Amino acid sequence: MIKNISNLGDAALYCDFGKEINKETNTQVIKYFKGIQKENIEGINNLTPSYNKLIISFDLRKKNFKDLKKQIENLEIDESESLKNKKVKVPVCSDESFSLDIKRLEEKLKIKRDAIYEKFFNKEFFCYMTGFIAGMPFLGDLDKGMRAKRLETPRVKVPKGSIGLTEQFANIYTYESPGGWNIIGNTPLNIFDSAKELEPNLINPGDTVIFNEISMNEYKNYYD
Amino acid sequence: MTKTYFEVIRPGINSTFQDMGRNNLYHIGIPFSGAMDNRNYILSNRLVGNNLECPVLEFAYQGPLLRYQGDKINIAITGDVNFTIKKNENLIYGRCYESFILENGDELDILSTNKSVYGYLAFGGKLDLEYQWSSCSVNTKANIGSNNGKKLEANQKINISFINKNLNNKKLNYINTKIENIRIIKGTNYDYFSEAGKNIFLNKEFYVSKLSDRMGMRLDGPKIENIVDTNIKSEGLIKGVIQVPADGNPIIMLSDHGTIGGYPKIGVVISADYDKLVQLAPGTKIKFKEVDLASAETLFKLYELETQNLISQI
Repeated sequence: MIKNISNLGDAALYCDFGKEINKETNTQVIKYFKGIQKENIEGINNLTPSYNKLIISFDLRKKNFKDLKKQIENLEIDESESLKNKKVKVPVCSDESFSLDIKRLEEKLKIKRDAIYEKFFNKEFFCYMTGFIAGMPFLGDLDKGMRAKRLETPRVKVPKGSIGLTEQFANIYTYESPGGWNIIGNTPLNIFDSAKELEPNLINPGDTVIFNEISMNEYKNYYD
Repeated sequence: MTKTYFEVIRPGINSTFQDMGRNNLYHIGIPFSGAMDNRNYILSNRLVGNNLECPVLEFAYQGPLLRYQGDKINIAITGDVNFTIKKNENLIYGRCYESFILENGDELDILSTNKSVYGYLAFGGKLDLEYQWSSCSVNTKANIGSNNGKKLEANQKINISFINKNLNNKKLNYINTKIENIRIIKGTNYDYFSEAGKNIFLNKEFYVSKLSDRMGMRLDGPKIENIVDTNIKSEGLIKGVIQVPADGNPIIMLSDHGTIGGYPKIGVVISADYDKLVQLAPGTKIKFKEVDLASAETLFKLYELETQNLISQI
């Protein structure tokens, strides 16, 4: 049961799953997200799971906060059910034309370029959530020594396919967008495809992602 | 049958096809989109005898100049808009909230929105548009929706696949009221801000910045001081959320907003005031007034009743 539900404005429920950001809390969020999605409750128009929150927005013509809160609180979600996840391999080229912020990271983290990539490639990352822009996965966790803050001034345009790092997380820019994460490489893999209406996202919450290094030559000759 | 279409001679600043928007996609990062000012969108469809949820052309500030080819068709424009219709050598000044018949060769020139942002052009018939996730709404940032996810461009065509038979003139006596007071409910991070900051938020005037679009509205004015943390762990957003980043200037999330954000939420605009909010043009004064949840729900019922009442008058 979700214990802590408050209102976000007049047309959304704000469900808090606890302060800690870890796989366990997030797995709870994802289970409730999938469970509520399956119920197909009349009036709910969006569910947004994140690290430790779930926002349920609804159509104020059909529902109100008090009634929907009660309905969600009374919902029986099978918390023991394990989630079906997949492993996704993401090829990344770290050529200097792509690794826009590697020098900044070397300075901020006080570790060498090679050590940064060694801690990044061929490790398992967990997908906490997708969003901000369509299909962007938020992946964790980075090693303690790899955690840097966002750029002081965000870029107006981050190239499509860029791999960004900030704090304990990595992400992938699914298309060109503004953004403030530290860019360390680029993937030729298409992470979001709006033509696939049923499954536009390659990576979904709960999935495992492994980044593997490719050369510039492999990058140029890559086909999905 | 002859082909029926509008030729786009001038596209306007930001003209996009919009309808009710798309639901249940926030979790993959796709926002609602849809017409910014829902009431004016619905009324435009009603005026040309369409189903209320048909796609229309939304324009901002300056709209398009269109030349029509085809049999007689009804159009209607809502909002607070200056427009003309050129029939041969005659120039007719158009009126909002009234249907007009266009004939082959007529030119419709949507000159400007008056001290507001968005206007709506509805066509009496069916537009030939693609649906994506059951909506034609264009999201230009993600290139999603009809028209390849792009705004209207010069020299393209707007194809009409069907014209409504009924060409009766319809009109509505309605004046858009402007409001400066936008009502809000306290946000989930309201307590992140100092007493002085909260006081500024609820009592001082802000101005709509030029850096406003379908994604968000930025405000200029006195800075709102944060005393806890200028970042939160990224979490979901909804339309109307007011975030305050480190620089102390509020940003209000609008229909094409990013689905996740990491700035503290000081408030949320109530649903009843959203249509009015989006019409506030850059430079306009804006003041926030706090209401509780019960009042916000009542105000929304009143808003809905008023909309239904307007629909029934057409």
